[in-house]
Amino acid sequence: MNVPTQTINGTEVPVFYVVDEHDHPAGSSTMLGFWLYLMSDCLIFAMLFATFGVLGGSYAAGPGPKDLFDLKLVALNTAMLLFSSITYGFAMLEMMKGRVKSTQMWLGITGLFGLAFLCIELYEFHHMIHEGAGPWRSAFLSSFFTLVGTHGLHVTFGIIWLVTLMVQVARFGLIEANQRRLMCLSMFWHFLDVVWIGVFTFVYLLGVLR
Amino acid sequence: MSDTAVVANTGLAKFIFGRLTLESFPYHEPILVATFAMVALGGIVLLAALTYFKLWGYLWKEWFTSVDHKKIGIMYMVLGIVMLLRGFADAIMMRAQQAMAFNGSDGFLPAHHYDQVFTAHGVIMIFFVAMPLVTGLMNYIVPLQIGARDVSFPFLNNFSFWMTTGGAILVMMSLFVGEFAKTGWLAYPPLSNLGYSPDVGVDYYIWALQVAGVGTTLSGINLIATIVKMRAPGMTMMKMPIFTWTSLCTNVLIVASFPILTAVLALLSLDRYVGTNFFTNDLGGNPMMYVNLIWIWGHPEVYILILPLFGVFSEVTSTFSGKKLFGYTSMVYATLVITILSYLVWLHHFFTMGSGASVNSFFGITTMIISIPTGAKIFNWLFTMYRGRIRFELPMMWTIAFMLTFVIGGMTGVLLAVPPADFVLHNSLFLIAHFHNVIIGGVVFGIFAAINFWFPKAFGFKLDQFWGKVSFWGWVLGFYFAFMPLYVLGLMGVTRRLRTFDDPSLQIWFVIAAFGAVLIAIGIGAFLVQIAVSIWNREKLRDTTGDPWNGRTLEWATSSPPPDYNFAFTPVIHDNDSWWDMKRRGYTRPLEGFRPIHMPKNTGTGVILSILATAMGFALIWYMWWLAALSFVAIVGVAIFHTFNYNRDFHIPLEDVIRTEGERTKLLAVQAAS
Amino acid sequence: MSADAHAAHGHGHDDHGHDDGRDHGSFKSYMTGFVLSVILTAIPFWLVMTGAIENKNWTIAIVVAFAVVQIVVHMVYFLHMNTTSDAGWTMMALIFTIIIVVIALSGSLWVMYHLNVNMMPVHDMRNMP
Repeated sequence: MNVPTQTINGTEVPVFYVVDEHDHPAGSSTMLGFWLYLMSDCLIFAMLFATFGVLGGSYAAGPGPKDLFDLKLVALNTAMLLFSSITYGFAMLEMMKGRVKSTQMWLGITGLFGLAFLCIELYEFHHMIHEGAGPWRSAFLSSFFTLVGTHGLHVTFGIIWLVTLMVQVARFGLIEANQRRLMCLSMFWHFLDVVWIGVFTFVYLLGVLR
Repeated sequence: MSDTAVVANTGLAKFIFGRLTLESFPYHEPILVATFAMVALGGIVLLAALTYFKLWGYLWKEWFTSVDHKKIGIMYMVLGIVMLLRGFADAIMMRAQQAMAFNGSDGFLPAHHYDQVFTAHGVIMIFFVAMPLVTGLMNYIVPLQIGARDVSFPFLNNFSFWMTTGGAILVMMSLFVGEFAKTGWLAYPPLSNLGYSPDVGVDYYIWALQVAGVGTTLSGINLIATIVKMRAPGMTMMKMPIFTWTSLCTNVLIVASFPILTAVLALLSLDRYVGTNFFTNDLGGNPMMYVNLIWIWGHPEVYILILPLFGVFSEVTSTFSGKKLFGYTSMVYATLVITILSYLVWLHHFFTMGSGASVNSFFGITTMIISIPTGAKIFNWLFTMYRGRIRFELPMMWTIAFMLTFVIGGMTGVLLAVPPADFVLHNSLFLIAHFHNVIIGGVVFGIFAAINFWFPKAFGFKLDQFWGKVSFWGWVLGFYFAFMPLYVLGLMGVTRRLRTFDDPSLQIWFVIAAFGAVLIAIGIGAFLVQIAVSIWNREKLRDTTGDPWNGRTLEWATSSPPPDYNFAFTPVIHDNDSWWDMKRRGYTRPLEGFRPIHMPKNTGTGVILSILATAMGFALIWYMWWLAALSFVAIVGVAIFHTFNYNRDFHIPLEDVIRTEGERTKLLAVQAAS
Repeated sequence: MSADAHAAHGHGHDDHGHDDGRDHGSFKSYMTGFVLSVILTAIPFWLVMTGAIENKNWTIAIVVAFAVVQIVVHMVYFLHMNTTSDAGWTMMALIFTIIIVVIALSGSLWVMYHLNVNMMPVHDMRNMP
């Protein structure tokens, strides 16, 4: 880095302060800060995965993955989440073009896919509990419900956030602050997708193979 | 209390109050009643004084809702010091109990009370003394050292502080409403499971840490973003002051380890509330998984506490030796190596669990390796002092005491890192002596060095020397008297957390340790007197230059206390010791050309959210489900409502900047003339 | 660590609004990511549901490999990870997190596996690992 200097009374003195300062752009750290939050969230999931890895084979003479998991349902659920990802992507592209209406439409569709995902998951949970395979039945089921449930809880908050942002976009338009918020939610949403890849692979697919 | 189960709420009372009954209040425990009376009396006097002097509005507007990192930093420090008094009260009770309970005597603490005391001592000292003090320091100093006007997310900073306070309030509540955990500071299951700890103690533990943990994680994210994004122009990574470097690594550790604690405590609470089987003894649960997970957080936590203080010692040593820090680059790399390695040693906390020779040797070796960068730091400080013109001011005295004490603690640590030796010393008083040796010798001495070093920056006057020295000698001698006997006892095989003893030959060592605790009490008392005397004599101790120690880094470039905006002009950096460089190369303070300054607005949302979170924690502890649900919905609602406020900044008007800077110009002129 | 590498863009004053090296993707990149994800999801499901490969271990290996690739695809096409946004700090944070996750996950499994092997009373103590 070159050292800026100025000349005072004929001697070279380095510049020690910024004179023509402009305001710090608001929210310039937001994306990095939010990414750091996601990394910390990632560690929570890592611990839940570790717990599932250690306790996932402790059936306590109860039902195991083969008895409980319906892979067709999981595939459907995965499809819901994947569709919601691409529709969120479309919402972001529309946002970049400054089109409020179509942004809102794609956001709405994303929310509906998220809702469908949650409903299918709740159906699955309900079904398992009904069959006597609740989280209290064995350590395997405790860790299964906690890991998948935590992901579901995140999706729930994502939907609440999505609705909030839709209201804010409707009221204040696609102003810079709202664009930044939409980008944060985008990271959050896609991050949940990444976690879900881990869930369907390690919990469901490898569970059935176990 | 074991007899609470007899009287349980029914019907409507059960719905409203959950399991909170009149019996939950420990009115039959004379020690607690006396404590409560004292606290209540003190509280009433304080509240009355605040009301009488009409300070509520001032506190609310200028402090509680403030998003200024300096004020938040000071509030963190005050929280830490207040909680230190509570944590130390627990300590001296334990020392007294153990010194008395010989020859058939039961001491003065009943078992269920003693167990709460040692649990509360550990929890409070780590989470509500060391963490707030360290966070407070980083909050105050880091933005100043990097030439920033505030942190990246000022509102979040305020919110983090209040969440930490919320956790502290829950712990304090457990003293008078119900009870605290009787499990030891990490609440290992199966003891902490519902079957063995059916009462509210462990729930207080869980929710206090969860509420405070949110604050800690968010403040970690905030400070990383601040250091990464807000540095003054010219300040490259390798030109950052060393305290900022250690703070960066500390906050990286916080963000990468506190979520682990959150997760593992969540699993424990599921076991207790939902009936899952993570850490139970049956249906496939495995209590050792808890121990494994919590130490993955626990070991980095140790470095979270000590790293910032390593930064403090570096700044102090180089300032008071009048030299550049020796081996700046090696110091940075040592810190980075510690950051990574601290995740590779966690098993040394449970060598005796039975993972076998291969696992134990791996973790034994990594533990020994992590002592190398720490050792390198010690040499760096010694070489910084070598041929320096050392000024034995208070911060330097604390630093030297640290070097001597910490080396002993480090060496006993390496002893414990040898798995076969650990099988003998595990859970003995030797371990207790070891970690107090590094935490008091490292963290506490470092905090006092930092307080004496930066107090003049924060308040504009130095701290009293005499009382500072009394406090110093009280602490240093007290530490050696209190903990050296514990090494001896540990080697003789005495285990931790014992309430009574059968072997009378051990008593003398416990009496010596109790004497040490009294000396430390004098040290703490003298510290409080030091603050009071310094405030009383503040005109005599006044520093008008803003640079009382002939400092080296940017925080000394501005006035003491710094204006709200820290720097009227953002500094440009050319050297690690930037202020030293500026002084040396003829920097002149700009007297004109000021501009209005863009700053964040205060907000009360942080306080409200924290009150709601604390209420939710309290409700969950006592099974008041309606209150828990209500406060949860309220938290989400308030948070959403807060996001509808887009108008969060303002400009400090030009006249205000000119007036503030003008006053400083006058002060400096008076100083120069005298 | 690569502290020096980032030194040149170390401070935040160069960043204005969106001009921070962050890329927001295009229709094409989103579609590429989507199609790849669909393929990478469908194949593992098909493998497990039909049992197309006899050898279980091979199936496991392939399923895990597809998951890893799909995670990378999501990172690149949906999360727009690259080495330039925020002067490389997002990438640094990600790499650091991955290191910690790998340590914590593999460490926990290793430690707990050995514990179970050693502490379960049924086995022959002579073969202690």
